[in-house]
Amino acid sequence: MSTYTAVTDGDRRAMLEAIGVSSIEDLFADIPAELRLGRELALPAGMTEQDVYEHLRELAARNRSAEDEITFLGAGMYDHYVPAVVDMLLSRSEFLTPYTPYQPEVSQGTLQAMFEYQTAICELTALPVSNASVYEGPSAVASAGYLARLANGRRRFVVSRGVHPHSRQTLETYAHGFGAEIVEVPLRDGVTDPQAWAGALDEDTAAAFVQQPNFLGAVEDVAPLAAAAPDGTVVVGAYDPIALGVLAPPGACGVHVAVGEGQGLGNRLDFGGPSFGFFAATDAYLRRMPGRIAGETVDADGRRGFVLTLQTREQHIRREKATSNICTAQALNALAGIVYLSWLGRRGLVELGELLLQRTAYARQRLGALDGVRALHDASVVREFALGLDVEGLEGVRRVIDRCAERGINPGFALGSELPEHPDGLLVAITEQRSRADIDRLAEALGAALAAEPRPQGVAA
Amino acid sequence: MADADYPEDLLYHPEHDWARLDGEEATFGITWYAQDALGEVVFFDPPEVGTPVARDEAYAEVESVKAVSDVIAPLSGEVVAVNDALVDAPERINEDPYGDGWLVRVRLSDPGEREHLMGAAAYAAALP
Repeated sequence: MSTYTAVTDGDRRAMLEAIGVSSIEDLFADIPAELRLGRELALPAGMTEQDVYEHLRELAARNRSAEDEITFLGAGMYDHYVPAVVDMLLSRSEFLTPYTPYQPEVSQGTLQAMFEYQTAICELTALPVSNASVYEGPSAVASAGYLARLANGRRRFVVSRGVHPHSRQTLETYAHGFGAEIVEVPLRDGVTDPQAWAGALDEDTAAAFVQQPNFLGAVEDVAPLAAAAPDGTVVVGAYDPIALGVLAPPGACGVHVAVGEGQGLGNRLDFGGPSFGFFAATDAYLRRMPGRIAGETVDADGRRGFVLTLQTREQHIRREKATSNICTAQALNALAGIVYLSWLGRRGLVELGELLLQRTAYARQRLGALDGVRALHDASVVREFALGLDVEGLEGVRRVIDRCAERGINPGFALGSELPEHPDGLLVAITEQRSRADIDRLAEALGAALAAEPRPQGVAA
Repeated sequence: MADADYPEDLLYHPEHDWARLDGEEATFGITWYAQDALGEVVFFDPPEVGTPVARDEAYAEVESVKAVSDVIAPLSGEVVAVNDALVDAPERINEDPYGDGWLVRVRLSDPGEREHLMGAAAYAAALP
């Protein structure tokens, strides 16, 4: 593999001759010597193809996938079943191989898939416009901040601490770029503290961010939070799309921009990605939306057809004044989303939500009854809940997780690694792939792992 | 409006904007040439009443089927009125750029700035 580059010495000589230079080194003659590295890059020697394959196989063997253990890990990405129809349609070359169609209207199938996807997102969110997707959930949240900044010119973002830490971090990165200030609102009893929320909002608030269900799994009372926002403030809701089978849609709660991580819709937990972010808004923000939008129209003969519409917002036309400088849609991942939603259907989504409610309620009750386990909050949940473990902080939680892993079970996410205010927290996620028997096995493993853990000093057993 | 037209009673800015002076106030819009170059206007994004505008700087956006363009203020002042009818009927900018297609009304902060603007003949002569 060391000779992977296809240029031969002969090719090189011919090129140098053509441009009238005697050696490659001459091309760098104008760069001052002190800026040159002056040695070879510290890279290992090349490997043979056979050795590379073996090396990659060894690396792959170190992965522990959701199929190798019973996993209750969630925290934003979920182990939902992906039906075979998703892979079948995604692997069709018409969908799999093309990049953004630069003459988009020749790709009617791609545009129609985007349009159907947007329609499904609009129905899920009860908002009138959706784009063709963005990279993933956190960048969707951050892009909503930029939309608000463009729309009202204000400089403050009020963000519930229930918003996923990765989304808050991404928003912070964006906000630094356009000079916005971030004010965080704490949680109380698992949900956004309504008084602190109202107190943080003011006339200079560009956008207010809440997540549903929030990072602790708790269902927020979104409507009054949205209603507390002053005129002109953009209310952004980051939603779990799976939970929308059983929760009131953002459009019915006063949310102006609904965004979220789309992974749960037909995308597997592949190496942490790729996935897609969805982005929907009220009509008022149509012209501030980032990314591509497919539109339905008729051709000269009156036949139904699809176009990329409202492109005047986009960077190839608006340059530095574009609504976003990431005009990529995650078209293939969003296609998995629309195939999944079509497969599940309207009733299926509701039934899935109800199933999750029941199994989650069972798991919450079963685990909450264990010795050394308490609920971190009593708020309503859909598919994920937060527990406090009687252990010595984050390290104790990690030891408990490791002990469960020895029994082939991943009990959940160590909250303290993202939320220092909950060092002993464990976030447990349920999907339809976790049966009642799996939950019983988790209870057994978690109970045993806790029993093996020294109790923290000063806490009565 | 099908044919080029540059009324004598207006003052013109080289970025293809016009001003109709009326005492301490002025009405702003874009010229026949500007609307013709843009093509069919589909959206007008106005400033809010009370917003200060500065001569030579953008104060609003017009979007056509081809592009979104900044609208440049020919004179400085403060917006006192916005043509709200354009929200539902932005095509008026094409149909009647000097009448129903007006964009904003501004209370001028420095009426002397008019010295920088052109008359109709000078503007028409400067067009490509």
